[in-house]
Amino acid sequence: MKPHRRKKLGIILFIAAGLATAIGLSLYALSNNIDLFFTPTQIAAGEVTPGQRIRVGGMVKEGSVEHSQQELEVSFIATDYAHDVRVYYAGILPDLFREGQGIVAEGMIQPDGTFKASRVLAKHDENYMSVEVKAALDAAGQSAPGMPAGVN
Amino acid sequence: MVPELGNFALILALCLSVLLAFLPLLGAARNNQVWMSLARPLTAGVFVFLSIALVILAYSFVTNDFSVQFVANHSNTTLPIYYKITAVWGGHEGSFLFWTWMLGGWMLAVAIFSKSMPDEFVARVLGIMGALAVGYILFMVATSNPFDRALPLPPTNGADLNAALQDFAFIIHPPSLYMGYVGFSVVFAFAMAALLSGRLDAAWARWCRPWANAAWAILTVGLALGSWWAYYELGWGGWWAWDPVENPPMITWLLGAAMIHSLAATEKRGVFKSWTVLLAIMAFASSLLGTFITRSGLLTSEHAFASDPTRGVFILGFLGLIIGSSLVLYAIRAPILKSEFGFGSLSREVFLLANNMILVVASSAILLGTLYPMVYQAVSGGDLISVGPPYFNAIFVPLMGILAVLMGIGPIARWKRTSLAHLRQQLTKVVLASVGLGVVLPVLLTMGVPLATIATSILALWIVFAMLRDIQTKIANKPTVLAGLRSLSVSYWGMTLAHLGFVLTMAGACLTSIYSVERSVLLQPGQSTELGAYTFRFEGTRPVQGPNFVADEATIVISRDGKTYKTLYPQKRLYTASGTPTSHMGIDGRVLRDLFTTLGDPRENGAWSMTIYIKPFVRWIWIGSIFIALGGIFAVTDKRYRQFKVKRAAAVSRSSATLAAEGSQ
Repeated sequence: MKPHRRKKLGIILFIAAGLATAIGLSLYALSNNIDLFFTPTQIAAGEVTPGQRIRVGGMVKEGSVEHSQQELEVSFIATDYAHDVRVYYAGILPDLFREGQGIVAEGMIQPDGTFKASRVLAKHDENYMSVEVKAALDAAGQSAPGMPAGVN
Repeated sequence: MVPELGNFALILALCLSVLLAFLPLLGAARNNQVWMSLARPLTAGVFVFLSIALVILAYSFVTNDFSVQFVANHSNTTLPIYYKITAVWGGHEGSFLFWTWMLGGWMLAVAIFSKSMPDEFVARVLGIMGALAVGYILFMVATSNPFDRALPLPPTNGADLNAALQDFAFIIHPPSLYMGYVGFSVVFAFAMAALLSGRLDAAWARWCRPWANAAWAILTVGLALGSWWAYYELGWGGWWAWDPVENPPMITWLLGAAMIHSLAATEKRGVFKSWTVLLAIMAFASSLLGTFITRSGLLTSEHAFASDPTRGVFILGFLGLIIGSSLVLYAIRAPILKSEFGFGSLSREVFLLANNMILVVASSAILLGTLYPMVYQAVSGGDLISVGPPYFNAIFVPLMGILAVLMGIGPIARWKRTSLAHLRQQLTKVVLASVGLGVVLPVLLTMGVPLATIATSILALWIVFAMLRDIQTKIANKPTVLAGLRSLSVSYWGMTLAHLGFVLTMAGACLTSIYSVERSVLLQPGQSTELGAYTFRFEGTRPVQGPNFVADEATIVISRDGKTYKTLYPQKRLYTASGTPTSHMGIDGRVLRDLFTTLGDPRENGAWSMTIYIKPFVRWIWIGSIFIALGGIFAVTDKRYRQFKVKRAAAVSRSSATLAAEGSQ
């Protein structure tokens, strides 16, 4: 093999090894850091192990929001209109959080079946429904109420 | 009637860009001077008609023409005039028109500032950009026409501009981001033109470099503004969330950074030619992918526009066509792009190659994390997942650490071949000083120093000291320091500024992640809470009336050591037309730390929930970004590009005169 060929091969091998390592490490990091998404119906069916970090999506049930008067804690019911899950959250709710609107909560299911959220997300545009919330409603066989057709 | 004129202007722009996409390219292939010479006037025509369309859309906003669906969805009579004009890019259709107009603007700039390049090359570049314009305008006319009417019954008033967008940053963030983004299509067109002509030499790299640097510098500004805006507007004290829509510009930025470094090697040493071209294709493809992700509604994101499958299919088709054809062209033509010179296994070329590897790996990992939920959903039959910031941080932070190490060595290493002894001689003191001071400084300044702080300060000092050492060596044989500094080229200063900016951004990002503290509390008027060395007293709220919103404004008095220090006024706003609530933060921004307050919601007993943050060094992130962007702009203004132009123009006119003479024989 000519020297410049050998050098070229060396560079290619070096790049290939680097890429393989990078892809391996990326996939490893990925497998440890994905949050699975569940609907209230799946939670009611016991598909989630308590202590697993998950995302829950649903609509905030009308009249279900309870603010503690002494502490920061808020609780509300996330529903896909088939099943409910009560969510507890000690923090500031997003601006667009409202009863009857879709939300996604991140956190863990507690042994008593309630959901302790570390983060609650609502969408910026009230006409836009998160893919996850929509999937939850579709899965439960419900159409999304108040969704104007063909907005934008 | 006026909106129909806008539509008409769009269609005329489409017709002209179809001509632009065919005639000059055919002319270049057949060496037909007349067809080639059409490129500039056609470009000007496309730009003029796109401008007319844009102005007409803005006019419809200003005159409250709610019979235009897009205006009805994104404006309101009470909207202040500056938001009415900028609401043009406040939704999908208008922002795409704005995007396309930016493309027209870049095309016009190429047409004007390309006097030094051969006609054939300019014809190819403008022709390829014309083909892109065809795709964009077709997309608009077919799926998202901003001039569509809400007839026969137009609403009496509009739905108002999205409340979260009604902010000063909305006026400047989208234009700079789009301008940077679209700028990469110039570099793409240059790369395609080089492949078509088979000519990719140092001259090509020199024509290409200012455009690549400019696009990348502007994208830096756009990204930084987006981060700053998210920080003070979204109210959770974050400045980067690895959101699926934030990621594509970051991918483009990283690939762009790789490209401008590779391009430097192509210009100076004639190496990495086909790699540079591939990077230009990838950077442009990532910008199209960003468009696809934002506008197809496939991913959940803070930014996503409302979804419409036909748009997604169109963009995906366009993406496939562009990437597919450019890669085919690359596969056919790249083998003729031979490197002119070799280089040793220890040389600046090798360090630039390593830089490129890291940047490409980082951008690929971000791409993987961004698309993974989509792929997972498709493969698993509908199971939804999300990939959180821990993944991105786990990949990105170590890679940037390695990049920082290389950033110290790269500029000191010599082209072609550099000896280990040279590096050792230059860098031994630098290593000792940065490790020593990097450990001692943080320990002296604070109690309890985490390892991450020490790593950050060592890396930051390492780059800065290596930079100073390099300058010292470069000016060693000049009579005075000032004369020495003057003798350094503008592009060298550009690089130094940009690297310094990287140091600031890196240090800011790391230190603010390590030292930020926050507390969420429920306070009655008169109550106070402590965080860090500060006491925050909530005095109560009062109603405030804005132009198109009402707000509760809280008064929060901050004191330190018993002395009143600063009063902040965070607001909770309700935009009356749309009924949308938003938070307006109260921020005390200093170079070394920010105090940040955000108002939550009231309880029946008069108490308010609120979150208070202390964020040290957070401003360094954006100050650093400004340095990076300035570095890029500096490099564009290097006079070697201009001097070259004059000589080149003379050479070209000579050679075309020769050609003409030969042709007439």
